[in-house]
Amino acid sequence: MQSETVAEKAIEERDRVVIRFAGDSGDGMQLAGMHFTNETALAGNDLSTLPDFPAEIRAPAGTLAGVSGFQLHFSSLDIFTPGDQPDVLVAMNPAALKVNVGDLPSNGILIVDKEQFTDQNIKKAEFTESPLTDGSLDRYQVFEVSITKLTLNALNDMGLPTRTMMRSRNFFALGLTSWLFQRDIEPTLRWIDAKFAKKPEIAEANRRVLKAGYNYGETAEVFRTAYKVKAAEIAPGRYRNITGNTAASLGLIAAARRADLRLFLGTYPITPASDILHELASHKEYDVYTFQAEDEIAGVGAALGAAFGGAVAVTSTSGPGICLKSETINLAVSVELPLVIADIQRGGPSTGLPTKTEQADLMLAMYGRNSDSPVPILAPATPADCFSVAYEAVRIAIRYMTPVFFLSDGYLANGAEPWRIPEAAKLPPVEVEFRKDPKGFFPYLRNRETLSRPWAIPGTPGLEHRVGGIEKDYLTGNVSYAPMNHEQMVRVRARKIAGIVREIPPTEVNGPAEGDLLILGWGSTYGSIESATRALQAEGEKVAHAHIRFINPLPPDLNEILTRYERVLVPELNMGQLVRMLRAEYLVDAIGLSKVQGQPFKVSEIVRKAKSLLGKNQ
Amino acid sequence: MSEETTAAKLTRKDFVSDQDVRWCPGCGDYSILAQVQRLMPELGVEREKTVFISGIGCSSRFPYYMNTYGFHSIHGRAPAIATGLKASRPDLSVWVVTGDGDGLSIGGNHLLHVLRRNVDVNILLFNNRIYGLTKGQYSPTSERGKVTKSTPLGSVDFPLHPITVALGAEATFVARSIDVEAKHLQAVIRRASEHRGTSFVEILQNCNIFNDGAFSDITDKDRKAESQLVLEHGKPLVFGKERDKGIRMSGHKLEVVDLNNGGSESDLLIHDEQDAALAFLLSTLQPPSFPAPVGVFRAVDRPTYDASMAAQVEKAKEKAANADLDALFNRGDTWEV
Repeated sequence: MQSETVAEKAIEERDRVVIRFAGDSGDGMQLAGMHFTNETALAGNDLSTLPDFPAEIRAPAGTLAGVSGFQLHFSSLDIFTPGDQPDVLVAMNPAALKVNVGDLPSNGILIVDKEQFTDQNIKKAEFTESPLTDGSLDRYQVFEVSITKLTLNALNDMGLPTRTMMRSRNFFALGLTSWLFQRDIEPTLRWIDAKFAKKPEIAEANRRVLKAGYNYGETAEVFRTAYKVKAAEIAPGRYRNITGNTAASLGLIAAARRADLRLFLGTYPITPASDILHELASHKEYDVYTFQAEDEIAGVGAALGAAFGGAVAVTSTSGPGICLKSETINLAVSVELPLVIADIQRGGPSTGLPTKTEQADLMLAMYGRNSDSPVPILAPATPADCFSVAYEAVRIAIRYMTPVFFLSDGYLANGAEPWRIPEAAKLPPVEVEFRKDPKGFFPYLRNRETLSRPWAIPGTPGLEHRVGGIEKDYLTGNVSYAPMNHEQMVRVRARKIAGIVREIPPTEVNGPAEGDLLILGWGSTYGSIESATRALQAEGEKVAHAHIRFINPLPPDLNEILTRYERVLVPELNMGQLVRMLRAEYLVDAIGLSKVQGQPFKVSEIVRKAKSLLGKNQ
Repeated sequence: MSEETTAAKLTRKDFVSDQDVRWCPGCGDYSILAQVQRLMPELGVEREKTVFISGIGCSSRFPYYMNTYGFHSIHGRAPAIATGLKASRPDLSVWVVTGDGDGLSIGGNHLLHVLRRNVDVNILLFNNRIYGLTKGQYSPTSERGKVTKSTPLGSVDFPLHPITVALGAEATFVARSIDVEAKHLQAVIRRASEHRGTSFVEILQNCNIFNDGAFSDITDKDRKAESQLVLEHGKPLVFGKERDKGIRMSGHKLEVVDLNNGGSESDLLIHDEQDAALAFLLSTLQPPSFPAPVGVFRAVDRPTYDASMAAQVEKAKEKAANADLDALFNRGDTWEV
């Protein structure tokens, strides 16, 4: 047990801590970060993570391009972002130090692997002198730890090749930081045993090094203080830690199960969406069919074929894939079949920044098809929210017989937070009504309320019919080029999608019902905006935050809400897309705040902009 | 199941939709449509379980004229849509109707992959060696030097041979027939429908407006005995009005032998639908040096994509002790607050 020995060292309590692990992309920083996150979740803290890794699988070792990072914010209070700045930086080599140290505030804790500061590595990191000796780190609390040497020492009797031993260095860092923040390493030890069950040597090595790191913190006269962050007071329930892509996958499975339909995913691997394919492929027992197609077009094509056959059809991709899928999405609009299109946005244009986040596909989702082609757009606000929004996307797609965009992004996809696990029986119903009766059947005879056409699937006697991308008669669905019929069809397709407003719950406004400034956001900016809003409110500002999940159609109460504030600020990780829609839709003088660096907003960036709008320049 | 009794009651008329057929008068597609509609009642598949999927082009209007379920999709993508439908609904009989442009140009990639996956669908590729719907540009099967609106000085690219392409993708059923050869066409399509796995049928089709006589060197009545080699499994490769010519191996190549002039029937190759190398050699034969083979080039048995996928799902369901949603949500490390 750790408590008695730790008693010799001081334990300081903290409300919140931001820690960043940084190393070479081969150093296993994502793994260390993930397990630190898991230990932290089990300790009951609220948390938010930001993995940040290069697009190259292995950039040349030791170079600046190869640096991979994982930031975690954990707290005994409610938190919404992975944190603007780390309090603790673990740098496994000089390059990781160089890339990250600028974010560390004065007096921040800096842990470095001393042995990695060789002349060669220092040069690769483009330092002229060793930063450990040139005084440039004087304003930090620097802990030079012999991570490499201590790792090798822990394993020297095992007869493993040096390369293999070196791979365990991340577990030393994890063990050490686990001690530093009084995390329980049991769950990680369990994971090591399960993961390396077939490689007992590797399991043993990782176990030893993890414990060595922990014990080093506890016993070595290096760290005088350990920190404790108490469990957060969060709503009662059962929790697990979840990433956005996993949450989205579970939401899709849950919706298909509640609809009692097969789930079919047609997709092509692409960063940062592939984890949806991986997750769904591992749940076949839930009647999940995953099809890894030959390309993006075939992925969505197969999904649309499955929709024709009566499955809950999904395609997952990122921006470049949407470009390729546009024609098929338009076909789905024309044949009016349900289809969920999960766009996990990343920086663009073109290949852009595959592993970095951006919100710049909104206009693409909204307008990126030939002709007037309305498609509903839903956007999750947090990693856990991906569950509910993916679920809702399926429900809307089926109820309105339409393709639906699920617009997530790389930050939500890979970021994690605690998820309050719902009870399956309490999820909203997903109603499906296949047309069975041939009497009075017309393929495009619409439901009076929703304007959706009947879902008549092959295998149903008497309903044999043809659908296609050619304009069709308003009722029979037969090919029709008649001028007035086309206008009627264009208008009814638009009215159908506009009618989805009846599904949108009242918009939540956090803050005063009227005031000086409304900060309006969508998607992954939720956490930064909420934190900024709370900070401003704490200073007495009349600022409120509203976050919309439905972007097409926009919430019916939004116009009225916008009029209640002097100013409207719309922060977006793009050059101003929602703000453009709002200005066009409501003639409101909304002001955009753009950031396109592949990184989420810092809270301070939004606070600064808000203050300038409030006339309070600092 | 009552499959056969229900289907047996139907006639050709039951498969004719109420839509006016709008191909040009004299188009080879009329004949193909008629043969398919005639054949359908005999295949023992319920009409409501039959789905025709097409892309874009003259041939792709086909589903509108069939009184089955149908999906007229977008250019080149029918194989992808059919794959999704068949994979999620293995109970359906799924047909893809495509053309030389739709299937081999814009949709070439999807065609390759549906073939290699061996999805249990039937693909009818109408090859008229021209773009008809866009009024007469050359296609990927047009002969080199073809003069069209888009190639006024003649095309400079080499054509694809659909059968060779299908064999290259290791299609498990590869056949060729001709629009106007009603009996042969019916027999080939019947075999295609009976085959488990992807069936690929190239149908040589005339476009009397933009490419009249597209295959007249093969199909003309007065010379077809000399220009067609009718493939029959287990039988020697014989052709000619007097059945006096045959095909034999000469080194690594095929050659024509005159049975009246020193050639012996015992030298001739025996057609074997399981022999991939022979199928490939046969796919390269064309007039004027050789007759064009028609019939089944290759028919082999392999697991289908849809059945294999369904088997994985079924196995996972059997293995799973608890596949309710709450179990899924609570996987991994959880904690109570």
